[in-house]
Amino acid sequence: MIEELFADGRSAIHRTDPALRVAAATLFSFTAALIDHVGALLLAVVFAAGLALAARLPARPLGKRLAAAGGLLLLVWVVLPLTYDGQPLLTVGPLTASREGVRLCLVITLKTIAILTAFTALVATMHLATLGHTLHRLGVPAKLVQLLLLAYRYAFVIAHEYQRLLRAARMRNFRPTTNLHTYKTYAYLVGMLFVRASERARRVHLAMKCRGFNGRFHSLDSYQATVWNPLLGAAVVLVSIVLTAMHWWG
Amino acid sequence: MHISEGYLSAAVLISGGGLAAAGTAIGLKRLDYDQIAQAGILASAFFVASLVHVPIGPANIHLILNGLLGLLLGWAAFPVILAALLLQAVFFQYGGITTLGVNTVIMAAPAVAVHYLCGPWIGRNGWRCMASAFAGGAGAIVLAAVVMAAALYFTDKQFFTVAATAVAIHVPIMVIEGVITLFCVGFLKKVKPELLPHNVVQPPQSREVV
Repeated sequence: MIEELFADGRSAIHRTDPALRVAAATLFSFTAALIDHVGALLLAVVFAAGLALAARLPARPLGKRLAAAGGLLLLVWVVLPLTYDGQPLLTVGPLTASREGVRLCLVITLKTIAILTAFTALVATMHLATLGHTLHRLGVPAKLVQLLLLAYRYAFVIAHEYQRLLRAARMRNFRPTTNLHTYKTYAYLVGMLFVRASERARRVHLAMKCRGFNGRFHSLDSYQATVWNPLLGAAVVLVSIVLTAMHWWG
Repeated sequence: MHISEGYLSAAVLISGGGLAAAGTAIGLKRLDYDQIAQAGILASAFFVASLVHVPIGPANIHLILNGLLGLLLGWAAFPVILAALLLQAVFFQYGGITTLGVNTVIMAAPAVAVHYLCGPWIGRNGWRCMASAFAGGAGAIVLAAVVMAAALYFTDKQFFTVAATAVAIHVPIMVIEGVITLFCVGFLKKVKPELLPHNVVQPPQSREVV
């Protein structure tokens, strides 16, 4: 149900300091999101693909993840060219696709691919536990980080719990169809999930208190300075500057 | 329900980020360290609930349940939804860094609204409770769809048709979320009433069994 597909790897990117990766992903994402020069965005896609290669991401799962973003893109490609004002590009019967509309669709598609690929290469290549501690190092409030880490820790447990409830329902011949009984059953399953989550939370909280929890989590992760740290940092900053320049003067 | 990367303008992304930060700050302020475990594990339950697919005709949809979460948590829905979205981003790459703020607002702002608008009737009996639970579940989806459409519309006025289509798609989801929230609230009232903050009839200590 839940797996961290890209988190385990031995590539150069996996060994780079996670704080640097998060910062680099943030810089690159915002740069790519805020420019709308087609040439610059093509460069952004190429750079993101380069990052994916450097992280040695498996191609098929990455493709699946990008395809998941395709639903809304498809809607945009169908609707936007026909409704966007501008010079007609193609006329079929009463429908006219505008040049500006098609250009905007292209821009959105390139941005989606560039940002999601870079995010996968830089951030999805760490376990969420690492991300949590990294966010703490970067100044995110401790409470939010702890909430995130607990959510991560128990997501697998709760998912397991849900599968157990669903299996029990199936044993009793529950077959989901479109009727009120199905929705009622799912509502009770989810309700039970929330009840069990809450009871587990109470036990976890008591256990944390027993271990002297005082509002701090400690991280045992450490990252050595590798040659990749300055290299990745420099590459991302340089590409962001080039993209911005292309946007303004391209 | 979320907007993917690459659609929104700088102004919308930044205002979304600002609003999400403000809401999260309020939510965190109202959570003390003794409630962190509750909030964190409810965030995982919310995350898992978003993986539950229910059939609708030949297709199926996944649950959102931000209305239910709002009824349970109030302002704490902001940090909880933010954490759940981060889990989704890292596990499945649904959305990334730039849209995190906007997507948090899309789901959490309706949750907080529902908490204050529909919550007070949850403690009543009979049809008032049922009606407010349905309205909470369905209303949270309506509001979320409207906020999402507004984010698209403020990016570019010509996104109107896309935004309207996205809202229209959410009409069946709205009904299903309303029905599921209704049954879920009824279930929680029977099984663990202290989970619903508006429902505390007796002081909670008398129910506590340690």
